[in-house]
Amino acid sequence: MTSINLNLPLARRRAVHPSVLSMTHPNIELLERQRALLRKAVPAGFPSPADDYVERRLSLDEHLIRNKESTFFMRVSGHSMRGLGIFDGDLLIVDRSLPAAHGCVVVAVIDGEFTVKQLLHTSLGKVLRAAHPDYPEIVIKPEQDFTIWGVVQWNVHKV
Amino acid sequence: MQRAIALVDCNNFYVSCERLFQPGLEGRPVVVLSNNDGCVVSRSQEVKDLGVKMAVPWFQLKGLARQHNIIALSSNYSLYADISNRVMSLLSRFSPGQEVYSIDESFLELTGIAVDHTGYARQMRLTVMQHVGIPVCVGIASSKTLSKLANHVAKKNPRYAGVCDFNGMTEAELNGLLARIDVGEVWGVGRRSADRLRDRDVRSVLDLKRAAAKHIRSGFSVVFERIVAELNGVSCLELDQVAPAKQQIICSRSFGTPTSRLADLEQAVIAYTTRAAEKLRRQRSLCGGIQAYIRTSPHREQDAQHQSSMLIPLPEPSDDTRLLCRAALHGLRSIYRTGHAYQKAGIMLTGIIPAAARPQTLFDDVPGREKSEALMRTLDRINRNMGSGTIRLLGEGTGKPWAMRRQNVSKRYTTEWDELAVCQTRP
Repeated sequence: MTSINLNLPLARRRAVHPSVLSMTHPNIELLERQRALLRKAVPAGFPSPADDYVERRLSLDEHLIRNKESTFFMRVSGHSMRGLGIFDGDLLIVDRSLPAAHGCVVVAVIDGEFTVKQLLHTSLGKVLRAAHPDYPEIVIKPEQDFTIWGVVQWNVHKV
Repeated sequence: MQRAIALVDCNNFYVSCERLFQPGLEGRPVVVLSNNDGCVVSRSQEVKDLGVKMAVPWFQLKGLARQHNIIALSSNYSLYADISNRVMSLLSRFSPGQEVYSIDESFLELTGIAVDHTGYARQMRLTVMQHVGIPVCVGIASSKTLSKLANHVAKKNPRYAGVCDFNGMTEAELNGLLARIDVGEVWGVGRRSADRLRDRDVRSVLDLKRAAAKHIRSGFSVVFERIVAELNGVSCLELDQVAPAKQQIICSRSFGTPTSRLADLEQAVIAYTTRAAEKLRRQRSLCGGIQAYIRTSPHREQDAQHQSSMLIPLPEPSDDTRLLCRAALHGLRSIYRTGHAYQKAGIMLTGIIPAAARPQTLFDDVPGREKSEALMRTLDRINRNMGSGTIRLLGEGTGKPWAMRRQNVSKRYTTEWDELAVCQTRP
């Protein structure tokens, strides 16, 4: 860098070494990291005995979501799944990619509406069971408009 | 080894996203309308079967809609963007070479991957359908242009069950198909070029494929030579695997009702600038200038017409919402004239450079810039976590009398905690 534009108010001119001008910042993040390292490297006492044990903090996302593309959240409305610990207002974590095995809790679509139920594969065919004595089991008829939307993996309940 | 490029395209993408969370819409005629509920931008098959074309203004369809109970939804881009990201992420599992071409289309490099491409593509369709609930079609061929056409065939022709591989066909079979596709369907052939081609008796895709290069060269750009080569199976267009950072960011919208008040225009311009600055920061860029523009409605000929724009260069490249808003407002106030009913306002960010390439100046205000960066980072984080618009400039206003008409917008099922789909415990 040879040409330095000093076409500026006199008061703002400063003596600048040309090497400073030719310095580029190829990577701001890298610079920030270097700065952070420098900050940390100032030894001001006994090193922390925990330094060798620093690990990543636990993440609920990682624990609860196995397949991030196919996992969706849904809100529960109603009381008829209480027997399986699913209450009104709870948050369901639903994975669409999993096979709906016998005994799974699933989100199903019946006649265009979402419903959460336990799925059973029986000799009568697929059966949806609520977890409440007042609601009878639903045997899915072949002509019925029915699909399994996803498999409930977790229920998040506020205590 | 023969080149194999797949184009995966989601079927009626916006409608399919809506149906995923409103399964009651399945089997019914549904359209999604553009911003401001203007035109049809996505049609379910039932609506296509009624002969409704893309981009038709909704008001022209009201009669047909009543007759056939067509359901019209406002566009819900928060939902479509999230579902699109999921689909693209799933597809990336099928090939190391992916070009995300649009919100609902992706090219995948299949050369050297899998022996049975048709079977592989069927697996893609099943996976996307099961995991994300979006139906897709796959076209496979030896060039991008041909794979677009293969996708077209897969979509239009139920016989192919959603997968069409041109590479697996004989030359005669393929030409038979191409002879039945209008030349206007070819990727890169616009409506006007298609008319000019038809004037020269180039009517079908096969005609164009067989057109001699010199025939095409006279009167058409070099782009056409490349299209002809691609139609002949010579791949000229490579996959852009990293979406290039946008060189311009535009945010503009028509108002629900026209306004002549400067205060309304200012609010709109601040809101658009805020959105654009968020996009700018998301792609880690800075812009060197901002242009503000306004116009009256060209469809209201009885009104006095006015349209104007002004570009305000920034003292140094920036991504700070506050600075950009100040510049945009300066531009707006300079072009605004009283007594006009403005129907549209917008802003455009120009001179976009990567943030890492920020030029060094002698009087770099480093502490000021670090403060600005920290503030913008915090702003973005809060708005990302707590919902867009949680923190915004006061100038954006709270009432938004100019805001878009979105009469029938669905919930943001995947991006807002308050708007999750509800699941009944009893049927």
